[in-house]
Amino acid sequence: MRIGMGQQRITRAECAHVAALARLELTDEELDRFTGQLDELLDHVAEVEALDLEALPPTMHALPIANLLRPDTPGEVLDRDEVLAQAPFAEDGQFRVPPVLGEAP
Amino acid sequence: MTAVEIAAAVRSGQRSARSVVDEHLDVIVGGDADIHAFNLVAAAQARVRADEIDGAVAAGRDPGPLAGVPVALKDNLCTRGLATTCSSRILEGWTPPYDATVVEQLHNAGAVVVGKTNMDEFAMGSSTENSAFGPTRNPCDTSRVPGGSSGGSAAAVAAGFAPVALGSDTGGSIRQPAALCGVVGVKPTYGLVSRYGLVAFASSLDQIGPFTTTVADAAAVLDVIGGPDARDSTSISEPQPPVSHTLADGVDGLRVGVLTELSGNGIALDVAARLQAAVGALESAGARVAEASVPAAVYGLSAYYLIAPAEASSNLARYDGVRYGLRVDGPSTPDMNTATRSAGFGDEVKRRIMIGTYALSAGYYDAYYGKAQKVRTLIINDFASVWEQFDLLVSPTSPTTAFPLGERTTDPMAMYMSDVCTVPVNLTGQAAMSVPYGVGDDGLPVGVQIMAPALGEPVMFRAAAVLEASL
Amino acid sequence: MSDEAQTIPGLGAPADTEWETVVGLEVHAELATATKLFSASPNRFGGEPNTHIDPVSLGLPGSLPVLNEKAVELAIRVGLALNCRIQPSVFARKNYFYPDMPKDFQISQYDQPINVDGWLELPSGKRVGIERAHLEEDTGKTVHIGGGGRIHEAGYSLVDYNRAGVPLIEIVGHPELRSAEEARQYVSELRSILVAVGASDGKMEEGSLRVDCNVSVRPVGSDRLGTRCEIKNVNSLRSLGRAVEYEARRQIDLLTSGQPVEQQTRHWNEDDGRTHALRSKEEDYDYRYFPEPDLLPLDPSTEWVEQIRHALPSLPRDRRLGLAEAAPSVDIDHIALAVERSMDDLALAAISGGGAAERVMTHIVQNLADGSGELAPESLADLVGMEEAGDLTATQAKKVLAVLVEGGGSPQDAAQTLGFEAMGIGELESLVDNLIAEHSDEWSRYCDGDNKLTGFFVGQVMKATKGRADGKAVTQLLNSRRG
Repeated sequence: MRIGMGQQRITRAECAHVAALARLELTDEELDRFTGQLDELLDHVAEVEALDLEALPPTMHALPIANLLRPDTPGEVLDRDEVLAQAPFAEDGQFRVPPVLGEAP
Repeated sequence: MTAVEIAAAVRSGQRSARSVVDEHLDVIVGGDADIHAFNLVAAAQARVRADEIDGAVAAGRDPGPLAGVPVALKDNLCTRGLATTCSSRILEGWTPPYDATVVEQLHNAGAVVVGKTNMDEFAMGSSTENSAFGPTRNPCDTSRVPGGSSGGSAAAVAAGFAPVALGSDTGGSIRQPAALCGVVGVKPTYGLVSRYGLVAFASSLDQIGPFTTTVADAAAVLDVIGGPDARDSTSISEPQPPVSHTLADGVDGLRVGVLTELSGNGIALDVAARLQAAVGALESAGARVAEASVPAAVYGLSAYYLIAPAEASSNLARYDGVRYGLRVDGPSTPDMNTATRSAGFGDEVKRRIMIGTYALSAGYYDAYYGKAQKVRTLIINDFASVWEQFDLLVSPTSPTTAFPLGERTTDPMAMYMSDVCTVPVNLTGQAAMSVPYGVGDDGLPVGVQIMAPALGEPVMFRAAAVLEASL
Repeated sequence: MSDEAQTIPGLGAPADTEWETVVGLEVHAELATATKLFSASPNRFGGEPNTHIDPVSLGLPGSLPVLNEKAVELAIRVGLALNCRIQPSVFARKNYFYPDMPKDFQISQYDQPINVDGWLELPSGKRVGIERAHLEEDTGKTVHIGGGGRIHEAGYSLVDYNRAGVPLIEIVGHPELRSAEEARQYVSELRSILVAVGASDGKMEEGSLRVDCNVSVRPVGSDRLGTRCEIKNVNSLRSLGRAVEYEARRQIDLLTSGQPVEQQTRHWNEDDGRTHALRSKEEDYDYRYFPEPDLLPLDPSTEWVEQIRHALPSLPRDRRLGLAEAAPSVDIDHIALAVERSMDDLALAAISGGGAAERVMTHIVQNLADGSGELAPESLADLVGMEEAGDLTATQAKKVLAVLVEGGGSPQDAAQTLGFEAMGIGELESLVDNLIAEHSDEWSRYCDGDNKLTGFFVGQVMKATKGRADGKAVTQLLNSRRG
């Protein structure tokens, strides 16, 4: 339910949080603009709030396609030199990155 | 010459593949400066391939059903040894070490890849203006957009640069530019064409399909690229009958519904008039036409603009500056990731990543993503009941003809509305195509959308052929 | 209540009688497939960096996952062995950025895992609940360069994706373990099961088996769980015991001094024997799980599951029960050890071939720690028979056994080769009588009740026979001569 016209659906702070989660850095101007644009979209999609969806299951795949399984047979591997030639920074046959700061979450 | 005519001429030795390819490369050189359909023209590679096909013909080997046919590929299809950019700075210069399944299939069928076409960055857009490398222009009127996101592919076919192009359609990205450029564009049933090697936008919605100038060419291409693929889990595992074989079977007795929810409100009058003309043509050919209602179709856009960004936010996480493409350095890996992504993605991609991240984030999943997936179910159910009464549905492909460049770039919502007619069938996985059907008041092409149930391509193509012949 | 500190069985360290340790374990095991979970590059330990990669395991744009049938089969084997319900499952994406994860999301099973609601029985007979055992893909490996290899001080890092996409099964147990020793037993038992069903090689040192421990403490008698800490980097059974022990102590010390336990992820440091805080739970990541759109739900047919069930090998628990039945008087620890060493079949065959159960088990536990080599079950049975008949002493039997392990053959032949001829009782009697005559002083003291001299006489006999005599028989003989 909408609380009232003009009610913001997403705040600037939420927008900034979402950008950080997605590893995006926004300028103040971008943050203002995107907040407005995201809010407008969320306002539009709020039309579905009027629908009674309780009894409906979510659809992940539109068509009932059977699950595919692969035999456990080794196939071709990529050529390391070809792959590393595409890397922004490679060293000792590996991908080099700046300090990672911490363990994986 | 159409693709079917080229292949026949090359296979019979009437024409060399090389001469066909050279001719098309000349047209590209002469015309693409104004259109910018291509991100990359693979002239040398195309000539080598053409010579191989001529060699096969000379040696008496079968060069394949698309022998010597020049093909333009949307720049989100992986091509071994040819840069694949998705029209994004973040992938600029990346050369895939493998070919997409469709690229292999085209190769095996004797087609010749002439280049990679411009697109909205990562297929996000409806005008091809969201390209890091500048917009593509509509060959029918260069002050207008070609539609999108596969605008480069549509323009390449409309401009005569190649008789065949492949695009991808997540919410209308083949059908809408086909309509705006006046060519045939097909979004096959989800799972009919392998997605292996298609750089993902929204995995549960993406499908690859052809652009051609004729319905028969589209059928010939679909017969080559359709079919099971062990590298795509969502590929339909049973082979389907060729579409080409039943093209001429007509529509006599077919039940055709005019999809009211997508054909009235918000549709320009000249576009609506062309749909009426098309309906008349189908009736004249023996189809029984009535109005059909899919009430939930109007919610397609809302579901789509949550589901597609959600999947995209995850699919596009891998562009982090570690393994390929752009890196903007930083003192730590997280900083480097952020600097790279902030510099490498354009505004529309950032917007969609943010919408999608928000829709999936803790506390909002049920309200947004979860709800959108239920709306998807509702739309599927509504269509299912309509398919009990109809064999095909029709609607306009786009609410308007091609709009001027720059008109909607600052108004994302207005741009999103361009997809209103095309989005529902991506959500349901059904087949749909756009067939050019005359022009609007501005003299620009109008497309009619034909929709079929899943794997209804043969019947859909029969109706398309009838429309094409009625013009 | 006693003031004396009690002892945790097996560790000998003091524990607070007022506090109870609660442990729940999450075990990741690499599945023993030939290829990765979603692609055909090899699943192999080691190798030159970035040589076991393909478009899928490297997460290249356009690549798509296709599920490995063998990995599913192995997961089902594990589920069945852990008495789980096998159910239709869904793969999900767990989204977070980390350079060793090629797609910056991990394909895992989230709210619909393949195996749920099982249990594992410890050798003691205690059953520990298994919440779930689900499939997921492994990450690559990051090496930190500079700063002594420490993550926070490194100058940069290098990433190798050979391990990326290797199939893992994550087995989540309920927090029903109550001591470091139980935690150790649980992992040991789980490892035996994984190895027995062919799901994993179980090598903790190579990282094919990785354990995360959730440790909390609570006052004895409380039914509420305390705030837990998750301990990572536990790389052996020994460090598992030490880490749980240390962490429980740390939490008890905090609580008894009036400080709260903070929910944290902590890192076990083998060198200083302590756990160190990695991050607090407030920094908990928003993983934005959603169903993986590139994969369809996995719904193994009942026929397939039944086929796998019928082909399952006998499990450690059943093997322990079988051996315990054949050797009822043998200590349960020894039974468990025999099964852990996969020597229960040998023991059973030797026992059913007529070997006395206790002697058979003594050899298995004490003399066959390095494997049974060429030893045939019937030879073990015969060897035990010779001991029972007094034809071989314990010392001799051990030597014969070593020969049989080395080169096979019969114990009779081996004994002969070693010169362990059975010594007739007559020969022994005359030897003893001679010794009594030679050492008359000692003999009279012995006859007066100085039993310490038994050793003297037995030693003399052994010296004279170069160990061929049976010590027990000599003692009996001396007793009967004393009258």
